[in-house]
Amino acid sequence: MRETIAYNIVQVLFVLCFAPLYSGVLSRFKEIVQSKRGPSIFQPYRDLWKLFHKDEVVSSETTWIFRITPYLVFITPIFVTVLIPVLTDYPLAFAFMGDMLAAGFFLGLAGFFAALAAVDTGNPYGPMGASRTRMVGFLAEPVFMIVFFTVSFVAQSTIPYIVQQKWIASAAAFFSPAHVLLLVAFLMLILAEGGRIPVDNPSGHFELAMIDESKGLEFSGRGAALMKWGGQMKFLVLACVFLNVLLAPWGLATGEHVVQVMIAIPLILVKILIFATVLVMIETSLSKLRLFRISEFLGAAFIASVAAMIVSIFIGA
Amino acid sequence: MNTMHLPIGESLNALCAGLILICAFAIVGTRQVQGVRQFFIAQSSLLAASCFLLAWDEHVPDLWWLGGITVTAKVILIPWVLKRTLAPEFYIRRELSQAINIPSSLLLSLLLAVGSELLVGPIASASGNLVIQTNLPIGLACLLIGAYSVAARREAIPQLLGILAMENGAFLAGIAIAPTLPLIAELAIAVDVVLIAVIVGLLTRTIEQTMGTTEAAALSELKEETVEWR
Repeated sequence: MRETIAYNIVQVLFVLCFAPLYSGVLSRFKEIVQSKRGPSIFQPYRDLWKLFHKDEVVSSETTWIFRITPYLVFITPIFVTVLIPVLTDYPLAFAFMGDMLAAGFFLGLAGFFAALAAVDTGNPYGPMGASRTRMVGFLAEPVFMIVFFTVSFVAQSTIPYIVQQKWIASAAAFFSPAHVLLLVAFLMLILAEGGRIPVDNPSGHFELAMIDESKGLEFSGRGAALMKWGGQMKFLVLACVFLNVLLAPWGLATGEHVVQVMIAIPLILVKILIFATVLVMIETSLSKLRLFRISEFLGAAFIASVAAMIVSIFIGA
Repeated sequence: MNTMHLPIGESLNALCAGLILICAFAIVGTRQVQGVRQFFIAQSSLLAASCFLLAWDEHVPDLWWLGGITVTAKVILIPWVLKRTLAPEFYIRRELSQAINIPSSLLLSLLLAVGSELLVGPIASASGNLVIQTNLPIGLACLLIGAYSVAARREAIPQLLGILAMENGAFLAGIAIAPTLPLIAELAIAVDVVLIAVIVGLLTRTIEQTMGTTEAAALSELKEETVEWR
C-alpha cells in the first residue's frame, strides 16, 4: 500500500517534470522537419522559469474566476494522472477513485474555467477564442462519449488499468477492427483537444486565427506559467492515455519493485518520443483547417468511433 | 458477445472490412475529386487484401485470381484510365458540389450502416461463420453508402466512383457468402465493371469536350439553344 502511494507520487512527478520536455521535443522536431534549427528542447523549461520570476499583472476588472483559473488548469491534469496508468500496469492507490469518465470530467472542468476566465477579462480576443474552443469541445464531446461506450462494452469496465489489459490479450484482439477504429478516433480527438495542426496551430501568433492559445493571452507572470505548464501536462496526459491505455501498454512496470518502476521511466519516454515523431509527421503533412471545416474533421472522428461501436456490438470483435 | 479471441486470420479480415467501411464514409465525406479517387483506391486495395486473406484462410485458389483482378482493375487500371482521360478534373482540385452538405451526408451514411447491420445482422449471425458475420453487413453498408454517394454527388466522376464503390461492397459480401462461386461468374462481373468504367469515362470525356463541364447538374438542359457554355 505504501509503495503504491509512493509510485503514484512518482507518476505525478514524471508528468510534472517531463511535460515541458515533451512539448520542447515536439516543437524542435517540427522545426527540424521544416529545415529550420528551432529552439532547444529545454526551451519550455526556460520559459517557465522566466515566467515564474516575472511580476503578475491582474486587471482590477476581473473576478475570482480569473485568479483561480491558472491553479485549476495546473492541478486538474495532476488529478487525472493519479487515475491513469503512466508507469505501472497494475492499479495504484488511487486508481479506483475514478474511471476514464472522471478523467474526462477533470479535463473538462479545466477547460470550462479557462473559457470563463477568457470571457472575464473583457479582452475581445479572449471570448472569441473561448467560444471557438467550446465549439471544438462540443463537437469532440460525442466522440469522447462513444469511445468510452465502446471501451466499456469491450472491456466491461471503464477503469483504465483494466481496459489496457484487454487489447494485448492476443494479437487478434489487438488487430480487431473496433480497436483500430477507436485508435483512429482517439488520435483525431487528441489533435483537436491539444490544439494541434489540422484543428489549431499551436505555434501561431495571429490572434484572429487562434483557438486554444487566445484563452491565455491575458495571463502574465505566474498565472501564465501555470496555464502553460498545465496545458503541456494535459497534452502529455492525453498522450499517456492514448499510448498506455488504448494503443500499446508495453514497457510499463509489471512488478512492485522500485527498480522496475525506475526502468519504466526511460521506456515510457522512448514510447512518447516515437509518438511525438508520428505527431510531427501528421502536423507537417497537413494544413490547418478552416474554422467551419473543423466540424467535418470531428465528424469524421465521430463516424470512426461509431463505426467502432457498431463493429464491436454486431460483430463482437 | 465478447469474442476477444478471434482467430488471427478472421480478425485481420474484420480489420480490412472495418477499414473498407471507413473508406466508404470517406468517399462520401471528401470534397475533392482527387480525394475521392484516392479513397477509392484505398478501399479497393483493402478489398483485395481481404480477398487474399480469405483465399489463404479458406484455401480457395479462385480467390487469389479474384484478388489479383481487383488489384489490376480497380487499384491500377480504372484510376489510371480516369486520371488519363480526365486529368483536368483531377488537377483543378475543384470542390465538389453536393445535394446535401457533408456532415449531414456522413450522418445519413451512418444511419445506412446501422440499418444494414440491423437488417442482415441476424441472418449473418445465424450462419455462425465469423467471416460472413463481418463481411455481409459491412458489404451491404458499403453498397448503400455507395448508392447514396451516387445520388448525392452532382458530378460525373464521383458518381462513377460511387458506382464502383457499390460494386466493392457487393464484392466484399459476395466473397464471404460464396467463396467458391465459379471463377467465371466473378470474372464476368469484374470485367463488366471495368468495361462500364472505361465506357463511362470516355463518355464523360466526350461530354466534357463538347459541353466544357462534367458537372451533372449543369447538364440538365440539353436543347441546342439553351445550352449554357462554361
